[in-house]
Amino acid sequence: MVDFFLGSPLLGVAMTLVVYWLAQILYRRLKHVLFNPVALSIATIILLLGWLEIPFESYRKGGDLILFLLGPAVVALAVPLYERREEIFRYRLPIAAGICCGSVASILSATLLAWACGGNRELVLSMAPKSVTAPIAIGIVESIGGIAPLAAAVVVLTGCLGAVIGPEFCRLVGIKDPLPMGIAMGTAAHGIGTARMMEEDSFAGALSGLAIGLNGLVTSGILSALFWIFG
Amino acid sequence: MIQGFAILFLVLALSEAIVRWLSLPLPGSVLGMVLLLLLLRLGVVKVPQVRDAANLLLSNLALLFIPAGVGVMLYLDLVRENWLPISVSLVLSTFVVLLVTGKVVASLARAGRGRDHG
Repeated sequence: MVDFFLGSPLLGVAMTLVVYWLAQILYRRLKHVLFNPVALSIATIILLLGWLEIPFESYRKGGDLILFLLGPAVVALAVPLYERREEIFRYRLPIAAGICCGSVASILSATLLAWACGGNRELVLSMAPKSVTAPIAIGIVESIGGIAPLAAAVVVLTGCLGAVIGPEFCRLVGIKDPLPMGIAMGTAAHGIGTARMMEEDSFAGALSGLAIGLNGLVTSGILSALFWIFG
Repeated sequence: MIQGFAILFLVLALSEAIVRWLSLPLPGSVLGMVLLLLLLRLGVVKVPQVRDAANLLLSNLALLFIPAGVGVMLYLDLVRENWLPISVSLVLSTFVVLLVTGKVVASLARAGRGRDHG
């Protein structure tokens, strides 16, 4: 019986859904940012897999089925964007400028801080695209010479941090409107930040989704150019 | 609902084909978002055809990221070996990006609104 579950996608799908369902209940009860359902679910599943000695490869069979739906979900972001297209078009300059400045700020602060704290060249390069969505970040890191798995882990951790306290931080520093907050969350914390925004406000969520794509393009453009010049 | 999913998957399949054909450096799903936006703008796809499927996926977006997050466990040792530069850079830089992006968007949007009214 154990072999059946270890070889079936049922394990990963059931585990993910049950843990996420319980995490949502807990979050609704306690209303505390530290109980962010995504971060809590990820941590719980990692601990459960270790405790029950379930290999990641077994979890992955089901996990991949859920992950597969991320593709159409990203395509679906076009719907709320289209519905608010007039407003987005009116603010195209602030949006473009914000994402470009955010991208430069991300590359500079991530690499300089990692370097200042004693990171070696490979590590510094792996931090460079930390705010970019994982598939783009991995492509960038492979082409500039970082460590791709490390970059992927850093990207996910950045997304979780942004999802857990990003909106609270924004409100603390006076960024309160859906427009700046949505763009900032997508630029800083890509998809996981967008998921959090989507729960608060669908317009801010859609803007955050737009920022994922644009920041990915801008950051990969800047880093490719820098690598080409300084290589 | 089925119609909506059919359209979303068809657009995704088309975009994945284009990305591979032109070897574009971006995920197929991001190009798919642009392509669907274009199809909606041209009226080839109507919002009511895709709204239900899109809402179902987007209102559960957080769930879809969990398996990728669990995948990080494979590389936690890499993170642990260099925990200091990684955590300092990751935490501070995330706040810097939120602050810079949000403030630039907010102040330019405000300037734009001021110009419209004055």
